[in-house]
Amino acid sequence: MAEPMISLRDLVFEGRGHRAIDGVSLELAAGRTAILGANGAGKSVLLRLMHGLLAPSSGAVQWSAIEGRAPRLAMVFQKPVLLRRSALDNVIYGLKLSPAHRAESAPRLRERALAALARVGLAQLADRPGRVLSGGEQQRVALARAWALEPDVLLLDEPTASLDPAAMRAVEAIILGIAAGGTSIVMTTHHRGLARRFADSVVFLDAGQVAEHTPVDEFFTRPRSSGGHAYLEGEIA
Amino acid sequence: MNWIAASLADAARLAFSLDPKLYSIIGLSLSVSLASVTLASVAGGLIGAAVAVGRFPGRQVLIVLLNAAMGLPPVVVGLVVYLMLSRAGPLGAMGLLFTPQAMVIAQFVLITPLIAALTRQVIEDAWREYEEQLRSLGARAWQAALTLLWDTRFSLLTVVLAGLGRAMAEVGAVMIVGGNIDGVTRVMTTTIALETSKGDLPLAVGLGVILLLIVLLLNAAAYGIREWAARRHG
Amino acid sequence: MNLNRRGFIAGAALLAACTACSLPAQAQAQSQERFITVASTTSTEQSGLFGYLLPIYEKKSGVQVRVVAVGTGQALDMGRRGDADVEFVHDKVAEEKFLAEGFSIKRQDVMYNDFILVGPKNDPAKAHGRDILEGLRKIAAAKAAFVSRGDRSGTNAAELRYWKDAGINLDAVKGPWYRDTGSGMGPALNTAASMDAYILADRGTWLSFKNRANLDIVVEGDTKLFNQYGVMLVNPAKFPHVKVALGQAFIDWLVSPEGQQVIAGYKIGGQQLFFPNAKP
Repeated sequence: MAEPMISLRDLVFEGRGHRAIDGVSLELAAGRTAILGANGAGKSVLLRLMHGLLAPSSGAVQWSAIEGRAPRLAMVFQKPVLLRRSALDNVIYGLKLSPAHRAESAPRLRERALAALARVGLAQLADRPGRVLSGGEQQRVALARAWALEPDVLLLDEPTASLDPAAMRAVEAIILGIAAGGTSIVMTTHHRGLARRFADSVVFLDAGQVAEHTPVDEFFTRPRSSGGHAYLEGEIA
Repeated sequence: MNWIAASLADAARLAFSLDPKLYSIIGLSLSVSLASVTLASVAGGLIGAAVAVGRFPGRQVLIVLLNAAMGLPPVVVGLVVYLMLSRAGPLGAMGLLFTPQAMVIAQFVLITPLIAALTRQVIEDAWREYEEQLRSLGARAWQAALTLLWDTRFSLLTVVLAGLGRAMAEVGAVMIVGGNIDGVTRVMTTTIALETSKGDLPLAVGLGVILLLIVLLLNAAAYGIREWAARRHG
Repeated sequence: MNLNRRGFIAGAALLAACTACSLPAQAQAQSQERFITVASTTSTEQSGLFGYLLPIYEKKSGVQVRVVAVGTGQALDMGRRGDADVEFVHDKVAEEKFLAEGFSIKRQDVMYNDFILVGPKNDPAKAHGRDILEGLRKIAAAKAAFVSRGDRSGTNAAELRYWKDAGINLDAVKGPWYRDTGSGMGPALNTAASMDAYILADRGTWLSFKNRANLDIVVEGDTKLFNQYGVMLVNPAKFPHVKVALGQAFIDWLVSPEGQQVIAGYKIGGQQLFFPNAKP
């Protein structure tokens, strides 16, 4: 493959006496990757290790440079975390922290934030306090916040797990939109349908190790590992 | 039971007496406590947020010390500040002893740990919820601390009011460093102490009732603000 | 920054500004005024003398007299630390010690008031009379409840002297009847009133004391009960910051015919409390 987007070498993570990640070596290409696995397989930990929110106990995480600089990462969590301020101000907050945008003028930032909210269909709620919005609306604001940063890679940790079906569809459309703009996506999810519709490739984690790393159709039609089989059969969730 | 009625009657008579001396005593109580709590909120808020968000050696020890310092006896604080401000002490040349400024200093020393300890708890609880997202966005520890101080502002208002209540209620510290000088450093609590020791109980209780009402009003206002905020901001 | 945040910050800033302003303004007013710090005793303050005398002096001199009222022992310690300009207390022995230590160079008599022995109206120890020493002997013999201040005050020092002069060794006869409260005159009287106990008090505090319950005067008029007040300027040689001119002016006024007349003019319920006796 051309230079991978990210490479993980012999990654181990041990926390509270439990080895969540037990020797993972992986190379992901730019594009859309879904990380699947049973509960406790280590998906969320792996995502956080990739982002740098957690430091590995041993092993290395290496992002490849993009245009000579470190790639810009953004992450959206299962439960959206908004500050006690308007939806618009939440998006602006993210922009102000980012090195690429913090020097821009206040009107410019406002413009960007409004555009981001418009793309997720929430322009009319821009001045509403973020925390009084519904769960689905809050998640969309979180996505707008991430999108406004123009990240190279967007990491998503079970982004639809807390949402009702209508909200889930809206979020899926937004993620598609972000990917279409050239951002690589790495997403953990329980939602097989979402993974199948959306991803190029699947990483299947089993007890902290990579059991499979295959193109998406291959995983869903001809899983190679016993864990993968069992997962798709619905025997394990 | 009779004297309770007498005291309440005294309180009412006092409050409406338009006695300038009484109002200057109430005014001094408020200005000393408000000034010291304002300063303590800034200092305690920053310390509390820093300890909540930071990770450094000795952090746990510091947390225990802060929590213990919430219970600092006012008389002890008063005594220590007195020894520092006395002419025979290290800061004597500033001539601050027996002035309202000395009282502000003593109350500042007393209230800052209280505000710091409670702020730390509030910020730490919020940090648990916000940490990953803020770090993901690239916030450094001090930026996160400031963001959280603003975000938890309504809970912190309760903390500040706890501090204000403690400041207005204490007598030990201000008595020692202020000297209870008539017209200069006499506040509500020291006046109550004086009148009690003179055996003028109805007057003392009357003043006490006024003091309680002021504190009650402040807390009612805080409660109202919090309720309004919860409804508006979530 | 949205309106909400602006409003909050404006409000907080306004509040902080107001409180910050009020203090320097008060302090300015007070430091621009000329003032002296006088260490005196709680019993003198509670007698109301200062409330009567100081406004007269301040009007005449334009100098504010700030009285810090504590026990005699603490008042003299204030002078030893240089925290007062003038000492105005009533314990000649302690004052002479203060002089001997060099913390002042001159002591002058100003006035005297008297102590009284106060006790329950039914007088269980039969201490009533004009002889304080005899009264105390009867109280010790009857082991009647007695409240002592125990706070190094002038009153307390006098009380201990009387026990000694009456030939009673307190350590030997002390028992549950003798209550050492470690408090000022007012609180000690409160305690005595609630316990129906005897107590040595200064007449001034007694006359203004409103919580008498069952107590009344049991012994008075014994010359031994006279309580002499002295005034001293704290030694500027030890403490250069002492306000010598202003402090001395106050002392001079107290012992002047005019000041002495004002002292004599202070009455409670028509009764004179303090008897001026400055030597000319």
